[in-house]
Amino acid sequence: MSNGKWKLSNLYLIAVFVILYAPIFYLMFYSFNSGGSMRDFEGFTWEFYGEVFQDTRLLIIVLNTFVIALLSAAISTIIGVLGAIAIHYMRTNRPKSTLLTLNNVLIVSPDVIIGASFLILFTIAGIQLGFVSVLLSHIAFSIPIVVIMVLPKLQEMSGSLIDAARDLGASSWQVLTKVIMPYIKPGIFAGFFMALTYSLDDFAVTFFVTGNGFSTLSVEIYSRARQGVSLSINALSTLIFLFTVLLVIGYYFINRRNNRPVAKEGRA
Amino acid sequence: MSQIVRMFLLVFVVAFGLMYATAYLNKSEGYSGDNTLTVYNWGDYIDPELLEQFEEETGIKVIYQTFDSNEAMMTKIKQGGTTFDVAVPSEYAISKMKEDDLLLEIDHSKLSNLEHIDERFMHLSFDPENAYSVPYFWGTVGIVFHPDLVGDLTFESWDDLWDPSLKNNVFLLDGAREVMGMGLNSLGYSLNDTSEDHLQEALAKLSELTPNVKAIVGDEIKMLIANEEAAAGLVWSGDASEIMYENEELDYVVPKEGSNLWFDNMVIPKTARNLEGAHQFINFMLDPEVAAQNAEYVGYSTPNKEALALLPEDISGDERFYPDEELTERLEVYDNLGPRMLSHYNELFLEFKMHRK
Amino acid sequence: MDVRARNLYLVPYVLWIVLFVAAPILLIVYYSFFNVEGQFTLDNYAKFFTPVYLKMTLSSFWYAFLITLFSLLVAYPTAYLLTKTKHKGLWLLLIILPSWINLLLKAYAFIGLFGTYGFVNAVLELTGIGTKQILFTDFSFVFVSVYIFIPFMILPIFNALEKMNPTLIDAARDLGASPWMTFRRVVFPLTIDGVKAGCMAVFIPALSLFMITRLIAGNRVITLGTAIEQHFLVTQDWGMGATIAVFLIIAMALIMLLTGNRKRGLIDIVKR
Repeated sequence: MSNGKWKLSNLYLIAVFVILYAPIFYLMFYSFNSGGSMRDFEGFTWEFYGEVFQDTRLLIIVLNTFVIALLSAAISTIIGVLGAIAIHYMRTNRPKSTLLTLNNVLIVSPDVIIGASFLILFTIAGIQLGFVSVLLSHIAFSIPIVVIMVLPKLQEMSGSLIDAARDLGASSWQVLTKVIMPYIKPGIFAGFFMALTYSLDDFAVTFFVTGNGFSTLSVEIYSRARQGVSLSINALSTLIFLFTVLLVIGYYFINRRNNRPVAKEGRA
Repeated sequence: MSQIVRMFLLVFVVAFGLMYATAYLNKSEGYSGDNTLTVYNWGDYIDPELLEQFEEETGIKVIYQTFDSNEAMMTKIKQGGTTFDVAVPSEYAISKMKEDDLLLEIDHSKLSNLEHIDERFMHLSFDPENAYSVPYFWGTVGIVFHPDLVGDLTFESWDDLWDPSLKNNVFLLDGAREVMGMGLNSLGYSLNDTSEDHLQEALAKLSELTPNVKAIVGDEIKMLIANEEAAAGLVWSGDASEIMYENEELDYVVPKEGSNLWFDNMVIPKTARNLEGAHQFINFMLDPEVAAQNAEYVGYSTPNKEALALLPEDISGDERFYPDEELTERLEVYDNLGPRMLSHYNELFLEFKMHRK
Repeated sequence: MDVRARNLYLVPYVLWIVLFVAAPILLIVYYSFFNVEGQFTLDNYAKFFTPVYLKMTLSSFWYAFLITLFSLLVAYPTAYLLTKTKHKGLWLLLIILPSWINLLLKAYAFIGLFGTYGFVNAVLELTGIGTKQILFTDFSFVFVSVYIFIPFMILPIFNALEKMNPTLIDAARDLGASPWMTFRRVVFPLTIDGVKAGCMAVFIPALSLFMITRLIAGNRVITLGTAIEQHFLVTQDWGMGATIAVFLIIAMALIMLLTGNRKRGLIDIVKR
């Protein structure tokens, strides 16, 4: 490929990344504004970072948010992976496509509907609003995305691989853990990360089903935003953002080191 | 496989570690004790220092939760899965909650400070005996504007908003009652009007406003107007006072044809557990010094006449936010129009929004 | 896979479907038959066919189409170029990362960036173009929506490109195909399933966007999602909200039927 082309394509990627990160850097920039608002940068201050660490309620909410995200992503990944495997190995077509259609309904339903219907559901079931109801809802809306992420990997896997394992005397459990799981691993991780994304990002569903003092970050931000966003929220977002960037980069390189001999999908 | 198992184990360990940390923080803050009081209020609608003061005085730990609309609050209270000891709905929500049997009676004998409330704000139509509610703040709906950007317009009359010079320069708040009310008021009708002819007339008049409307927005209207994104906006008085605090050039006026007079009130919803604490809290908020400090922080108008006396002259003497009786007489409180009429208002408002473009 | 093991795996999944998918759908359908006063009625359906709602439906579809189109136009080259980078896994993660920052905050940042005195206008002013109204226009709405949805478009296309056998491109080249020909005849057809999956992942949620219709478009754009949110949260007309939701679910099913391989189940497109 010619040199000029590379430059142009790099430029394109850079532009995409700049736009993707522009609003985030904007938020970060103003978190240092002593003027106290997101216009007219007056001077540099750490004040809002101090505020974040003094606000115990905010810290509790941040922790809650992560607990919910991690737990719901993990549990929904487990249920979703099992579901995907079961669907994949169904022999008849009709129940299969019915399940898949139902699977997709939640992905495409507007959050508000999901939230409202879950609220009704929890009311009927007599479940107290709070940690449990939020966790259940997050698991519920994350499962379909996991299924969607895992199914293509299963589809890709040739059946002969399993037959071979069977012929070599592997039990069902061994087939699952030694053949299927390793093969669909990228799908599982993708599903887990998407579930995490959905959970961290969700506002509308949580808004409906939370209560009894339990709150997640997006709900808290929404209610605080009534008076214009306080810059301590900016400061908090900056911290979380930097933390996740470090986590992602760290995860990536550790993973790479561990996996170097077997590079992704067997391709170098 | 082992990698997957390891990762999931790690996730669970981290999650439970965080959960433990949360529980620890909750405990150290006293949120998990028995002596707590859950206050359900609009976001940032109280001076947080007062919550601390209340906690110190009574030893009750306050859990402060917020909502962003009366409807969202009512949905939650109706659902019943949550404890709320005190809530602060607006007046039309109170009549609705009363109908739905969502409120508990307030024991006036426990409210020694109730006498400080101005008689003007007691015994209003939505709760004639004040059996269920005690006023918290009150205010109006009017126009906030930038005098340098609007020429000679004074907004003494609603019709000034229709002036062609304001093309694409007006913000409206996203409320069916407020916008339809403005349409009705500008024609000289009551903002509780239910006659179909009048409503259609108001809608026709509003659609003439569309070239001037830059956007119909929610709470961000305060930030937008303070940033001078538009010359004028239809807002609640409390928002106006905040906007003017941010940007001193701006001014606020309630047009002479009349407008809305609203009240936010403290109530004890049926989900309350700590009844004693709820009464203590309401009484605390009625204390003149507390109410004055709160009014200064929040910027809305206090119904507490003793508190008003304690406020600095530049606040209490401000006719824009503490209008005299002559003006308040021209203002109307929203009646509970019933669900059918209300949804008709909403349909018309939606039609107005769809008109634009 | 033996049947017993399979059924065992199926239990939690089916339980989830029954509780959190089937039950809510039934509830929505049930609610759509009641008016604000709680009486049984078909009025909501009649109301949906009035000009107000039909116009809203049309404009929702139009904007969803625009958003999908622009997302695709931006995402395809991005995904393609990403597969060519050295640490592609990392870059892909970094594409997803911005969606972890709260949407409301990003919307506020866009209000600041796009405002009359915002950063973009300051740049326009400097370059001599002059201040333009960016906020509360169709442009800003589509732009921000594309911004939100772009990771969901890039991901499946990236996966499809990754899965493609690189020798096919070499072969096409060796046979004398121009880069454009190679793309049109080989690369694009091979990734068409990824494109379809991405389009679905963008188009359907775009139909039901809310919040940014108010924050960024100032209610100039009213989507079906906005109306649902209003009916559920503000006007409390759950019946009407549920009715719109029913139509949205029907629309969604139709779209999946049209784009999907009918015989093999509705979402085969996503799987491949």
